[in-house]
Parts: sequence; C-alpha cells; structure tokens
Amino acid sequence: MTTNRKQDIILAGVGGQGILSIAFVIDSAALKEGYNIKQAEVHGMAQRGGAVQSHLRLSKDRIYSDLIPRGEADLILSVEPLEALRYLDFLRPGGKLITSSAPFINIPDYPDRETLIEQVRRVPGSVVIDSEALAKEAGTSKAQNTVMLGAAAKDLVVSQDGLREFIRVLFAPRGEKILESNLKAFELGRRAAL
Amino acid sequence: MTKEILLGDEAVALGAVHAGLTAGYSYPGTPASEIMEYLIRAARTAGTFVAAWSVNEKTAFEEALGVSFAGRRALVSMKHVGLNVAADPFMSAALTGVGGGFVVVVADDPSMHSSQNEQDSRFYAQFAQIPCFEPADHQEAYDMTREAFDLSERMNIPVMLRLVTRLSHSRAGVETGEARPQNGLKYGDRQCWTLLPMNARAQFKRVLELQLELVKISEGSRFNTLELNAADRSLGVIASGIAHNYVLENVREGAKKPSVLKVATYPIPEALVRKLVAHVDTVLVAEEGFPLIERSLKGLFGIPGKTLIGKLSGHIPPAGELSPESVRAALGMKPLERQAPSEFKPAGRPPQLCLGCPHADTFKALNKALEGFTKSNVFSDIGCYTLGYFPPYNAINTCVCMGASVGMAKGAAEAGVFPAVAVIGDSTFGHSGITALLSAAASHTNMIAIVLDNCTVAMTGGQPTFASGDRLLKIIEGVGVPKDHIRVITPLPKFHEQNVRIMKEEIEHSGLSVIVAARECLEETRKKNKRK
Repeated sequence: MTTNRKQDIILAGVGGQGILSIAFVIDSAALKEGYNIKQAEVHGMAQRGGAVQSHLRLSKDRIYSDLIPRGEADLILSVEPLEALRYLDFLRPGGKLITSSAPFINIPDYPDRETLIEQVRRVPGSVVIDSEALAKEAGTSKAQNTVMLGAAAKDLVVSQDGLREFIRVLFAPRGEKILESNLKAFELGRRAAL
Repeated sequence: MTKEILLGDEAVALGAVHAGLTAGYSYPGTPASEIMEYLIRAARTAGTFVAAWSVNEKTAFEEALGVSFAGRRALVSMKHVGLNVAADPFMSAALTGVGGGFVVVVADDPSMHSSQNEQDSRFYAQFAQIPCFEPADHQEAYDMTREAFDLSERMNIPVMLRLVTRLSHSRAGVETGEARPQNGLKYGDRQCWTLLPMNARAQFKRVLELQLELVKISEGSRFNTLELNAADRSLGVIASGIAHNYVLENVREGAKKPSVLKVATYPIPEALVRKLVAHVDTVLVAEEGFPLIERSLKGLFGIPGKTLIGKLSGHIPPAGELSPESVRAALGMKPLERQAPSEFKPAGRPPQLCLGCPHADTFKALNKALEGFTKSNVFSDIGCYTLGYFPPYNAINTCVCMGASVGMAKGAAEAGVFPAVAVIGDSTFGHSGITALLSAAASHTNMIAIVLDNCTVAMTGGQPTFASGDRLLKIIEGVGVPKDHIRVITPLPKFHEQNVRIMKEEIEHSGLSVIVAARECLEETRKKNKRK
C-alpha cells in the first residue's frame, strides 16, 4: 500500500477520544511528503460524547470530494470497537480495518464485548489492538489514540519518521512527560501491529 | 506563496485578514464558529484589527455595518439560522450600500448536523438582491473572500459568502497571497444611510438598477467554468459549490464525460447556463441546499425540448446534504464496489451531556419538582441542555430557535399550561431571551424561567458569554422580575433536595419566577486548570 499515490482513511471514535489529533499528525506528515490532503471533520453537537468520524484523503493528484465515497476507503482506523463497525460500507474490497478493542460505553444498549470483537474479526483483514493496555504501559491511558496511530503506521502512505516528527510537534507544547508517553505509545502500537 | 492547512472556515478568516480587514464580528454557531475563533487568534498575534464575539447575530451584523459605514472593511459571520436573527439589518444594508467592503459569511448546515433546520442562504442573497460567492474548496474560500471585499467596495453593496458544513469543517492546503493594507477612515453619506422613505426609495431603485450589471459580473467571474463535451451532447451538469466536487469525483474515471458548468457566483451567470443548456439534451442540476438554480431553470414551464433533472425531479434527495453517492446515482453511474456489509447493526451513539454536567443536576431536580403535575411542560432552547431531551432525563418538550423557550412558556401559560417552565442557557438568554422575559415580567405571567448559567457558550466550544454571573442577575432584576422570585441554585447532587424544594416553591408562586442554576461548565473548568 505504501507505494500508492493516494490513500483514503476513515478515522472513527467517540467525541473526545482524540481522533483529530491522529488526523493532524497524518495530515502534516503527508503535506510535508508532497501529498495533497483533505480532511473532513465533525464539530459541534456530536463532539459531546457522540459518534465522530473524520474522512482523511491523501493524494499526489487533485482531491475533489471532501467526503470519501462509499467503496473508496483503503483503511478504517478506529479508536473504539463499536465505532469501527459503523463505517464498513466505506471500505473498498480488500480495504483494511484497524481498531482498538477498548470499548467506550456511554449508551445503555452497548453490545456485549465478546460479540463485538467477534464481529470485528469477521471483517477480512481486520486488526484488533488492546490500546488501553498499551497506553497504560506507555504511561497514560489518554494516549490510546497515539497507540492506534502507531498500529496503523506500516499501512499508511506517509513515512513513520514523518509521523514521529509531528507527534513531537503536537505533544511537545504539553510537556516532556506527555511527549515521551506518546512517542512510546506510538512504538508500542506499531510493534503490536507487526 | 506559502501553503497552510486550514479549515474552510479558517481559509475565509485568513482571506479576510489579507483583504485588509478592520473588524470582524460573530455569534458562535456550528459550522461557522471557527471563522471567528481564527480571527480572534490572528488578532491577538497581529494586533492590527478587531475580532470579537457579539451578543447575537443582529448585533454582530450592525457592528460590522458601522465599520463599513466608516469606510473600512468589515466581516460578519454566522450560521444559517443566525441570518434569520440578523435578517432585519441584512435586508436594509443592501439599500444603504457600503463604505468599506462588507462581507457577510453564512455557513449553512444541510443534514442538520448541529442545527434545528435546513436553510439555503443563497435565497437570502437573492432576496436582498446582493451578490453571493459559493466556494467549492479551501483555495476558493480564501480567494473568494478577498474578491468579495473588492466587489463589495466596487459595487457599493454587501456581498455574501456562502459556506456549507462540509467545507467549513474540512481541512486542506491553501496558498495565500500578499496582505493588503486596511482602508482609511471615511464617513458614509447621510442621504444613503438614513433610510427614511424618500431616501430608501432612491436607494432601492439603485439596487434594482444594479442587477443587470451584477449578472454580467457574475457571468465574467473566473470562478465559473464551463466545459462542453463536443463529442457527447447527451448530458450536461450544472453544479454549484461543493456539488461540483462530487460531480468531478465521480466522472474523473467514468467513460462518459458530461458537459459541466460550475456555478460559483450569484446572481446566476445566465449566459453560461444558456450555453450549457443549448448544448445538451438532459440537464442535471446538482446543488447543496435547496434547488435554487434548478427552480429558476424549471420556472413554470420547464425547458422546452430538454429534460431537466435534480432535486425537484427526485433524482437527488431533496433533504439532507449531498454525498458522492447521491450525485453518482443522479449521474446514472453504478455504485462503487465495496466491502460486503456486516449484518451487525451498531447501536446508535447520540451526543449526550458530559458526566457530571451541571445541566444534568438541574434536570434531575426539575423532573423531581414536576412530579405529580401531569400537564406541566418544559420549553427548552438551543444549547447543550437540549440534550436533556434524551434519556435518562426526558426533561424537555420543545426546542425551536434561540430564545424561543421564554416566549413559548409565556404563551403556553396564557393558554392554560401549568406549570409552564422555560429552560434557557446564559448565552442564549443574552442572545434572545431578555426581551421575552421583559414581556413576561410586564404581563406578570405565571411561569418559571430557569436560566442555566454555566458561564460559557458550551455547545460550540466554550466561547465567552455576556449574560452570566452578577450581570445576569442584574439583567433579570432590571427587566422587572420581582426580587423575591429570583432564586439562585447550585446544581450539584449534594444540593438536590434543596434545589427541588426551591423549584416547588416557585411553581407554587402565582406569577413570574426566575431560577438561576449557576455552575461552571466542566469543560471550561478543565480548560482553565490546563492553562494554570
């Protein structure tokens, strides 16, 4: 996948889980490596604990639509397993699903965890990462989004060094400790998906 | 040339700064909020222009108009329903004309991602007979904003820039140009600006006489493009704004290339439309929002000898935003192959109040206080607390527009509803609730207004509020609410019993009561702690 001229990614999660931070890192690295980018986001009401998604489009050619057409997404990267299943019809045949196994339960009818993971595993080419455990190992449970970015690193068209560079740009202002945790979270996620 | 990654909203803001903006005003509202967020950040760095939140869109519009009167460039930004609030000065500003370039940025929210209705602001531009730009991408958002200021000044008329959610909240690279200096101070002519009937008639005549020239300017705009396919005359597409992106997304790899007219400026560039229509058999109109272009083409009689399709014909869904798929179907193309869908239907995850939100404690107390009243009604308003509609609260019965809660509670009380309760946030109260409360105070209406003072405009990301804390209490007292019936509660679980008791007391009071539920939004507290 890494030689492609374009990549369409759906980032999924729940409002407040930091998917826009992942998007920032991928976007910035992509722009530096000569890609055009378009990134459609969800702001406003849904950010209050609702389902959120971002359409991230990277291409060496001109990008028209801000939204990824259903059937064009190369990758769904989800910080939450239920959210991972919400956008399956965007995935192209042979596309990949990478998701965290850590549920974010804020609705009464949240499905049984085992059933949910079983559903995720049925998707051809799906990868399930325990982002919660890895983020804790990295020093902060808040870094689950960075763990998932690491888990997707080898499948992205942008270089891993580029991703690390912009993890630094994003987290350095928040202090040395948070930066180190996120760099570690990236590495742990990356290794877990190898 | 430098390239920056910007939201569509931010591209507009930066375009305005580079166009020599002297002042910008706005009221928060998704999807337009990020325009002012960006301007405020930029003003803090540059310090050469004013960027400020206003109490509501009408006030913001009038502040901007004052800047324009003074010969300097002004921007006002808002969401679509905000223009309803500002419609009064908006319609008349077309008559006064402008001094400095005056750009009205309106962000529509088709699909109602964060709105109570769908509107297409292009109709407002048509209604006021002013030019309108509709960017398709970020570069155009930047470039058109700059050009809108120039056009406004040149034609002496406000210019609208119409955005939609998907552009406002999408990011892409933008190439920026040299910044232009600000205009100097120059006062407006009192004859143009004083809309007494004799002056207003002359000014209106001027607007009417301008229309032909505005059409010509629109026809000559570089943002409108026409590509005729000489080899295939079967289909022509008229696509405006981001609809053009969806058309190109689909036809770039397709075998069949329709002729395509991109419409980016209004009034409708008639000559270009005529050229396209003359060239093809079937015309598809794809536009985000309501069928403005399609309806003018259809008129009462349609286009003789041609087939016209779009939203009115049902080829594109009339409600909700466009998608690459809906436009693809209208182009007559088969859907893309995609991953086989799973039979598993993920449970919906609607937005909800944050854990520990003060509104939750207020709703719990209110539900308790209203127990036993089978005919009670809670009239709510626009804000995070609208989420009190959902379980476990099920606490509210209405949400219509900014400030409607207080006026509706008054009307309902007068119709016999008891208890009639209005629930309104501090910022919404400042925006449109004060006048309604004044009306209720003057009528001694038997109702309760609960003002949820969380010290911020929470739903749109924590912008400053003007009617909070001590000032809020003074306003409530000032409009004439009896002091004994202005009660302040702290919505916290430990005060639940006490809060229920106070609410019950005020329900029993025959007359107007206001209860202020004061506790800061958790997000704001968190942000403040982060800054420390």
